[in-house]
Amino acid sequence: MLLLIKNGRVVDPATKTDAPWDVLIEGDRILRVGANLNANAAEIFDASGLVVAPGFIDLHCHLREPGQELSETIATGTRAASRGGFTAVCCMPNTQPVNDNASVTRSIVERAAGSASVRVWPIGAASMGSKGEALAEIAAMKNAGIVAVSDDGKPIATARLMRQVMEYCDSLGLPVIDHCEDPSLFAGGVMREGPSSLRMGLQGIPAQSESICVGRDVEMALLTGARLHVAHMSAKRSLEYVRWAKARGLRVTCEVTPHHFTLTDEDVRYDTRYKMNPPLASREDRDALIEGLTDGSVDAIATDHAPHHPASKDVEFDGAPFGITGFETALALGLSELVHTGKVPLLRLVELFTTGPARVLGIDRRIAAGEIADLTLFSTTYEWTFRASESASKSRNTPFGGRAFRGAPVATIVGGRIAWRR
Amino acid sequence: MLQRLPHLLGIESLSREQIDFFLDQAKPFQEFQRHPLKKLATLRGKTVAIAFFESSTRTRISFTTAAARLGADTMALQAESSSLKKGESLIDTVHTLEAMKPDAIVMRHASSGAPHFVAERLEIPVLNAGDGTHEHPTQALLDALTMRDRKGKLEGLNVTILGDILHSRVARSNIHLLSKFGVEITLCGPSMWVPRELECLAPNLRRVLRIEEALEGADVVMALRVQTERIHEPGLAPDEYIAGYQLTPERLRRAKSDALVLHPGPMIRGLEIDSAVADGPQSCVLEQVTNGLAIRMALLYHLVAGPPADAPHPAKD
Amino acid sequence: MHVVEKRQLLSAEEISRTLSRLAHEIVEKSGGAQDLALIGVRRRGVPLSQRLAKSISGFAQVEIPVGTLDITLYRDDLSTVGPQPVVQSTDIDFSVDDRDLVIVDDVLYTGRTIRAAMNGLFDLGRPKRVRLLVLIDRGHRELPIEATFIGKTVQTSDTEIVEVRLQEVDREERVMLVDRVP
Repeated sequence: MLLLIKNGRVVDPATKTDAPWDVLIEGDRILRVGANLNANAAEIFDASGLVVAPGFIDLHCHLREPGQELSETIATGTRAASRGGFTAVCCMPNTQPVNDNASVTRSIVERAAGSASVRVWPIGAASMGSKGEALAEIAAMKNAGIVAVSDDGKPIATARLMRQVMEYCDSLGLPVIDHCEDPSLFAGGVMREGPSSLRMGLQGIPAQSESICVGRDVEMALLTGARLHVAHMSAKRSLEYVRWAKARGLRVTCEVTPHHFTLTDEDVRYDTRYKMNPPLASREDRDALIEGLTDGSVDAIATDHAPHHPASKDVEFDGAPFGITGFETALALGLSELVHTGKVPLLRLVELFTTGPARVLGIDRRIAAGEIADLTLFSTTYEWTFRASESASKSRNTPFGGRAFRGAPVATIVGGRIAWRR
Repeated sequence: MLQRLPHLLGIESLSREQIDFFLDQAKPFQEFQRHPLKKLATLRGKTVAIAFFESSTRTRISFTTAAARLGADTMALQAESSSLKKGESLIDTVHTLEAMKPDAIVMRHASSGAPHFVAERLEIPVLNAGDGTHEHPTQALLDALTMRDRKGKLEGLNVTILGDILHSRVARSNIHLLSKFGVEITLCGPSMWVPRELECLAPNLRRVLRIEEALEGADVVMALRVQTERIHEPGLAPDEYIAGYQLTPERLRRAKSDALVLHPGPMIRGLEIDSAVADGPQSCVLEQVTNGLAIRMALLYHLVAGPPADAPHPAKD
Repeated sequence: MHVVEKRQLLSAEEISRTLSRLAHEIVEKSGGAQDLALIGVRRRGVPLSQRLAKSISGFAQVEIPVGTLDITLYRDDLSTVGPQPVVQSTDIDFSVDDRDLVIVDDVLYTGRTIRAAMNGLFDLGRPKRVRLLVLIDRGHRELPIEATFIGKTVQTSDTEIVEVRLQEVDREERVMLVDRVP
């Protein structure tokens, strides 16, 4: 099976390429990359006007299977992911049951093999049930296919536990991903503490809830030398800790979600589509994150796609679960908020979706002969409006419904197969 | 002339003219409280749903009486919210209300934004009787009416609000209202309950941590109720509060000699306010209650009286 | 829809003479002025009642108390309340118990305003007697209500409106018959 991606613009951060090259795919591998390729028996995909990038990787999402299929399944979630240009997604373990042992991991892998549109790389829990007490069966889960460890939804409970998880995971070659939060500062909070929360009478969470925990984790990284990845970083103060750690040569990385580089706490209203954790932060935080996205202090963009079925979100603000969906708007937001504004060059944006996440996972991602044929094709100019009702996700909890964009994913190729095209 | 409002959810979005209008509209209803027969047929045939999700005797009775004196029927929906049923009860209530079609809903809820949630889903006027720590518009209006009646006008007054400002919807609504009239507002209380960010709620706000300084030259002192227990935060021992912030006759002397003392009620005598002050000549608490009735009658009349939006207006009389 | 002036019913001078005549009638038909009080119905009943009291004070040397009644809350038909509902004060600073009241209004038409006025008065107490004075009676009664003191009776059709304009409210003084034209 030959597939020729013709007339596109190859943008590959790994090889620092930005050139009008064609890509020839055979089976699930890239056969050749170069200018004006020809192949007789090939199916031609005309990528005129499109960017051809390595396949996007989402380090952070929730597929809700097993146990919460009302909100999403591996099938529907990955379909939404493919429409966002993602070729691989890392799903967090806070399912029911929690993915804290090999049999749950295997069931996810099997389910994905049968129904997923894109690659599903599970993240295993750090502690049993993510309860913050005993270590989960990490080595067994690694054999079953996890790519990282996290108690996402919650922070890894104590410094002592974090240290143990880090030491153990380091020996297994797995990164530890922490959802950084201080429970005593967070308790009862529903949005970022500040003038907006004060005006709206909603319980606020100070930025320090996140940064205290980032600081703690960085100290543990210093103590153990292990790999730490800060999930959905939202505060300037957290970024300052990460920068310090990187300057010290620690193996610390971080990710930022599209909603955190787009919206702020001033955008929050009595509408649960604006309620997520970490909450939308201040303008100062957002601007600092964008600076970090530009200068390399931030390693990846991750969606934290968190579907909740409509009935559960159709409540007053206090009562709603935290989370918004994000696969289908991630690239478009990256283009509109970062590239079209001139803040971030296109190559850098692609890096944030590809080689950045790949490095966190310790894998390679590039467009070169012999590499796996995972590619994301997108337009930087296509004008469209995102409609929540048209999402492939089972859930509708997004604040971006009705938003007009310039730029969109156009095709997602996984292992040489076109998983989705517009 | 004021176009009929679709809802009354808060003071923040009202203009000074609208507030003046409602204060003026309360006058005939104040006068009405002196009639021997306190019963009108004005809203006869209309139904007002009283949906209180947070327990409150005084405000609920005030609204129920206001509706009854206007001749309306009331429908009492009392849903005690337990943490298990959080969220479920509100949407269920919306469905119930949709089926029973009252002419207005008076709503109190422990979550900020809950009346907005209901107002977005129903074509029925919603009157906010207190939502979380967000707003309590009728309280601010009756406080303003009390101040205006006693002092002639609001402009130029020095008003000190005393207590747990951070968690008070009464404080927020009053701050919004008084700042629109150029009132000099002083906020005073224990430091963790009077955060600096409050200053961004309105211009002309001053934050003072010592009660003696805060009361200096005040025309009005508004003492707030102290919630001694809070779910996620460490509380303050009552003796600490009393020592630092109780409104005593001695401290009250720092204010102007004709300063008014207001309290939204219910008072915890001996905690935020000394009985001598509560019962003293400067106290307006009973007037606040009567004015509350007048304001609520005026607002219910405004929201409910009149034909449905699509009916034509006959000009005959 | 707009309005066309058809003819003048009373000039300023005629209003003045009519009120003077009515003031005398009140005193004549009240067997002395004890317990007498005038209640002006907002809006234009108010200046009329004040003028009548002043006139009576002039020739009979007796001060008749005057009160103001707002009937908004006593209407029987909420559909007449427009999109800008306004309530005004009733201002009666004397007791109505055992009083000989005369309700004063500018135009008597269906009678519903007067019914509402009576509801309002009876909420305040129990008058000894209640009579009605109007400047213009234009017919078309829908309730069994009659005026004891009438300035002028006028035949009108349903589309016509009697517009009473008084100096205190309208800055001019005359009574016009106007017609609504589609």
